[in-house]
Amino acid sequence: MTHRSAKDPAPVLALRGISKSFGAVRALRDVSLDLFPGEVHALAGENGAGKSTLIKTLAGVHRPDGGQVLLDGEPVTFHGPADARDAGIAVIYQEPTLFPDLSIAENIFMGRQPRRALGRIDHRATRTATAALMHRLGVELDPDRPARGLSIADQQIVEIAKALSFDARVLIMDEPTAALTGSEVARLFGVVRALREQGAAVLFISHRLEEIFRICERVTTLRDGALIASEPLAGMTEEDLVRRMVGRDLDELYPKQHVEAGEVALSVRRLTREGVFTDVSFEVRCGEIVGMAGLVGAGRTEVARAVFGVDRWDAGEVEVAGRALVNGAPSTAMAAGLALVPEDRRAQGLVMGMSIERNIGLTGLRTTRRAGLMDRGAERSRSLDWAVRLQVKYARIADAVSTLSGGNQQKVVLAKWLATGPAVLIVDEPTRGIDVGTKAEVHRLLSALAADGVAVLMISSDLPEILGMADRVLVMHEGRLTAEIPRSDATEETVMAAATGRAAA
Amino acid sequence: MTVTTTEPAPVAPIPASSSTRLVDRVFKMRELAIFVLLLAMLALTQLGNSAFLSEQGIKDLLLNATILVLVATGQALVVITRNVDLSVGSTLGISAFAAGTYLQGGGHPVVAVVLAVLLGVGFGLLNGLLVSLGQVPALVVTLGTLYIIRGIDSIWVGSRQITAADLPDGFVDFGSGGISAVPWLALIALAVLVSTAYYLKHFGSGRELYALGSNPEAARLAGVPVRRRILLAYTFCGALAGLAGALYLARFGNVDSGTGSGYELTVVSAVVVGGVVFTGGSGTVYGAALGALLLTSVNSVLPALGVSSVWVLAINGILLILAIAVDRVVALRVASALKKRNARHG
Repeated sequence: MTHRSAKDPAPVLALRGISKSFGAVRALRDVSLDLFPGEVHALAGENGAGKSTLIKTLAGVHRPDGGQVLLDGEPVTFHGPADARDAGIAVIYQEPTLFPDLSIAENIFMGRQPRRALGRIDHRATRTATAALMHRLGVELDPDRPARGLSIADQQIVEIAKALSFDARVLIMDEPTAALTGSEVARLFGVVRALREQGAAVLFISHRLEEIFRICERVTTLRDGALIASEPLAGMTEEDLVRRMVGRDLDELYPKQHVEAGEVALSVRRLTREGVFTDVSFEVRCGEIVGMAGLVGAGRTEVARAVFGVDRWDAGEVEVAGRALVNGAPSTAMAAGLALVPEDRRAQGLVMGMSIERNIGLTGLRTTRRAGLMDRGAERSRSLDWAVRLQVKYARIADAVSTLSGGNQQKVVLAKWLATGPAVLIVDEPTRGIDVGTKAEVHRLLSALAADGVAVLMISSDLPEILGMADRVLVMHEGRLTAEIPRSDATEETVMAAATGRAAA
Repeated sequence: MTVTTTEPAPVAPIPASSSTRLVDRVFKMRELAIFVLLLAMLALTQLGNSAFLSEQGIKDLLLNATILVLVATGQALVVITRNVDLSVGSTLGISAFAAGTYLQGGGHPVVAVVLAVLLGVGFGLLNGLLVSLGQVPALVVTLGTLYIIRGIDSIWVGSRQITAADLPDGFVDFGSGGISAVPWLALIALAVLVSTAYYLKHFGSGRELYALGSNPEAARLAGVPVRRRILLAYTFCGALAGLAGALYLARFGNVDSGTGSGYELTVVSAVVVGGVVFTGGSGTVYGAALGALLLTSVNSVLPALGVSSVWVLAINGILLILAIAVDRVVALRVASALKKRNARHG
């Protein structure tokens, strides 16, 4: 169904040929988009397709390199988030930004409170206006309650109320349902439908395809920063949409060697961490690369952290080469031959201000000491050895890691863990944010490690990477393992289906 | 929870829900607890020493607290924005001496007070600029200005000293006089306190200080002029430190290059004991003032009970840690209580 009438064909907000590059990366290429009043418009695409950049352009965070933003047909330039807000564009992010210590009413009206004589805040009017907004949204939230402790769903309601309070005509919702339960999603959709009835234009981003079909009328699909299609959803199937989102050729980026799988190296049985992931069981054999796919927030990183012992698990067990690991003890996991290359290399993988040599040396502090003191010579030769083997490009090994490019930083993290001679290597998003050349190198390295008999568990949101590298694909959805797909059956469609919680393949 | 959307029913005033009342109670309790503790301490001391709460005794209590209350009020503003000003002791010292030198030369007392305040404003502006523009942690910046201001003070003052004999009689009398048990100085502090509290509650820029301390990133997104507000908090804090310097001169009549040394730690303790959360966004100046009153009263209570005053610092420390521990426990309790209520709602 369409809510556009013949009388009102003008888009409230339009993008014309928008381009945006970050360095050599072209995040958006010639993208156009029309948002009409009274429609809910889906923005679809894989991770890295350019959705976030597009949103940030609309929100005034990024300024496009080329193209025009038209508001009511007039070209506008946003110099900052405040400009976009003044133009009636509200963005609701996945994680709302509220003031935890202040009341809901103050959160909504901060900086724009109704005033009395002498510029004093009219607290009563603020509270009444908030109550009216809550009523309009059909929710029961006390205006005087502090924002601290509100559920994500209620925080989003507060953000929506904020948008309503300045009469936003365009509402951009960036994966608003990612952290919500089923009933919370239903309530949010009720609110979105009501806003649509009132003539607002809503741009809705979600990885859950069924939600797109439930709430949206039209969909714009992006792939690799380019516009693929902008079309009505009526008559489309989920398969059609997935085909537009994916559909890339796999090339030499994925130099996978075939290796006969050996003994079970890592065995995870019925692992549960309450509220995070439930009943996760899988095995990784020597020589195998097992991919772990799923949407952001599906619980993959959390499983890896629990297996390695950074977080405790509530139930289940983990064995490495037949020996049970102690719950919540990374040092025993390391001693058992487990290595974890974390997702966020800057925050978790590296000490940015420290030298390459010292960073690689961190995992060898126990082995390279003599009589309790660090043996600097041994540390240096160990670090040099691995830096050379991984072809890290640096000026001097004593340089700070922060001076390296992202790809080379990632190699240092890998070197740091490979230097421990692991039997099981868990890599979390090993190639995120690094260039294609280094990406291929990392893949070659993982492949070579597997050929040497290392068991590799590779968490990745990059579907082609999963399909290109993994012998088997585990798929997680909302904290559960929903599918285990052998290499021969793994396609973008089957993996996406399991990752979005549709009938498992 | 149901979604009703179309029919615009009249908006009834929303009755405060149980969760709000719970939170309100806790925060009121926080200040109430200090107040009760203070009263209990004074009452017990009175029982042990009936001369303690004489007219002069009460006056002494208030006089002792006045200067700390003033500086703590300013400091509370800064701490609410998730910053801190460690240079208040140095600012107090140098403004006291400046006012004293001016009066020594035959100046008018009112001008002397204004001079002290302006000096404080100057140093406050300096701190505010360094913190807001330099993007350097306030702890480090104001530790630096603490030493710089003290250094300037020492070079300027040298081994000189100002005593009550150098000051106009009227000024010294004002420093110790008052209406029966209530000193003039305490009235000044009270006026400053009440107007600051009113400003924080009822003016947009006052609320923005809380917003800023509660979530700096969200404040930026909400269009709060972050740098201007930080500058405002520091300038106000400096002004009150300057005013406190002038009142210190009136009260004690005795100033040298070491005046106010180490005072910043007492001030920060008072603010934190008074329930202004060190990570910003929460607390009131009334709480800070009560904290100041509590800490200075310990000073008077111990001698009155015949306990050696060497215990004062240790007791201040215990109060500080106790306050932080209580805050932490209460915060956790409130959070879990609110979560439970949410669960029942959702």
